[in-house]
Amino acid sequence: MGSTTKSLKGQQHALADSSFQLNVLQGPSRQGERFPAFDAKLREHDLYPLQPTGTTILQINVGKMCNQTCKHCHVDAGPDRKEIMTRETMELCLEALRQAPDIKTVDLTGGAPEMNPDFRWFVEELSQLGRQVMVRCNLTIILANKKYHDLPLFFKKHRVHVVSSLPYFQASRTDAQRGDGVFEKSIQALQLLNEVGYGKEGTGLQLDLVYNPSGAFLPSGQASLEAEFKRRLKKGYDIDFNSLFCITNLPVSRYLDYLVKSGNYDSYMQKLVDAFNPVAAMGVMCRNTVSVGWDGYLYDCDFNQMLDLKVAQSAPQHIRDFDLASLDKRSIVLNQHCYGCTAGAGSSCGGETVK
Amino acid sequence: MEKTYYNPDDLAKFGNISELQPEMGRKFFDYYGEVFKEGALTEREKALIALAVSHAVQCPYCIDAYSTDCLQKGADENQMMEAVHVAAAIKGGAALVHGVQMMNKIKELTM
Repeated sequence: MGSTTKSLKGQQHALADSSFQLNVLQGPSRQGERFPAFDAKLREHDLYPLQPTGTTILQINVGKMCNQTCKHCHVDAGPDRKEIMTRETMELCLEALRQAPDIKTVDLTGGAPEMNPDFRWFVEELSQLGRQVMVRCNLTIILANKKYHDLPLFFKKHRVHVVSSLPYFQASRTDAQRGDGVFEKSIQALQLLNEVGYGKEGTGLQLDLVYNPSGAFLPSGQASLEAEFKRRLKKGYDIDFNSLFCITNLPVSRYLDYLVKSGNYDSYMQKLVDAFNPVAAMGVMCRNTVSVGWDGYLYDCDFNQMLDLKVAQSAPQHIRDFDLASLDKRSIVLNQHCYGCTAGAGSSCGGETVK
Repeated sequence: MEKTYYNPDDLAKFGNISELQPEMGRKFFDYYGEVFKEGALTEREKALIALAVSHAVQCPYCIDAYSTDCLQKGADENQMMEAVHVAAAIKGGAALVHGVQMMNKIKELTM
């Protein structure tokens, strides 16, 4: 897994088209067989239609622009992506949140969310609304430009929960997935976050790491991996963090491209299907989350967002029409990539779902 | 019979060995599952031991399965290769330690 600098969209790659991705996902394997349909699998376990358990998280993708071009990125984010949420759409999100006090957490993602010019204004407004703000920070952004160097202090001021990807505690596998030099910069950024109190006992400043496998294999054993990450990062770099979230790579966008190119697509899908766990299916994050796209459209999750699968039409499709009561009655839109969240101990933006 | 003794697809059919002897098959897989659970050793340590043994017994199915399992459990490449060296050292050492037996025999037979 080397690094590229252009997004699939920038390369005018066939997989930049979401309908092409869905064709691959629904198509036959090289042996000509089809993987069992995900909705049929849920039916077997009386979980179909899959419905929300009550929305408590609003995940907002504030744009696809990023300073990195990671090999596994399901957003196909990168420096060449210009899709950015406007302040007007952010205001609509704030209005929706005012009407929905049960949504306690706002999860900001991207791209690199910090690159949105209205990012800090938005965090301040969300903070004033009294919501817990979570930022999916790629770490290197903190060092990317002088104007980002004070992000750790900004996060601290607003008690932002920082969630950062670090696929491994060594440079080789981290850089293979995220680009040359990313590991070293990530380590420096983590040290800066530690310096202001993030990840340190007693500060209440939450710093969690995300582990995505750098290759065509599944994550396994979140608790054991967390202990190993803690031991290695402390010993090697004196870094502290709170929790490690193990997230399965879903066959979407650039990770799908990697699977197809490396000849691992069929075997990876088979692994996901074989590892289907109905208990994990019951706890999938789309049951308590609504995802907002950079242009204000609503989705069941960030993966559906990248596949252009909007929420079911029984519910409002755009944040300007936000209505939590009808969203909570919707049926979640499913496809074959959903096997990624139901494999093994389950996977969500908060890691394993089977405790 | 197939044209080759080993077929990678057969690994996924391991469970089929129970078809001809269900009771023993069940007992074996229950035991197997129990062995690899976290205990005094972590699951990752057990996967690394399994990887080393896979090389010692030169089982391609096991090497396939435990290379993947080690990666899934977060082992790094250095740990995995060191595990293979442990297997090689024991295999090589097992051959070489018999050199003492050879030397004993030489002593016995020569002036």
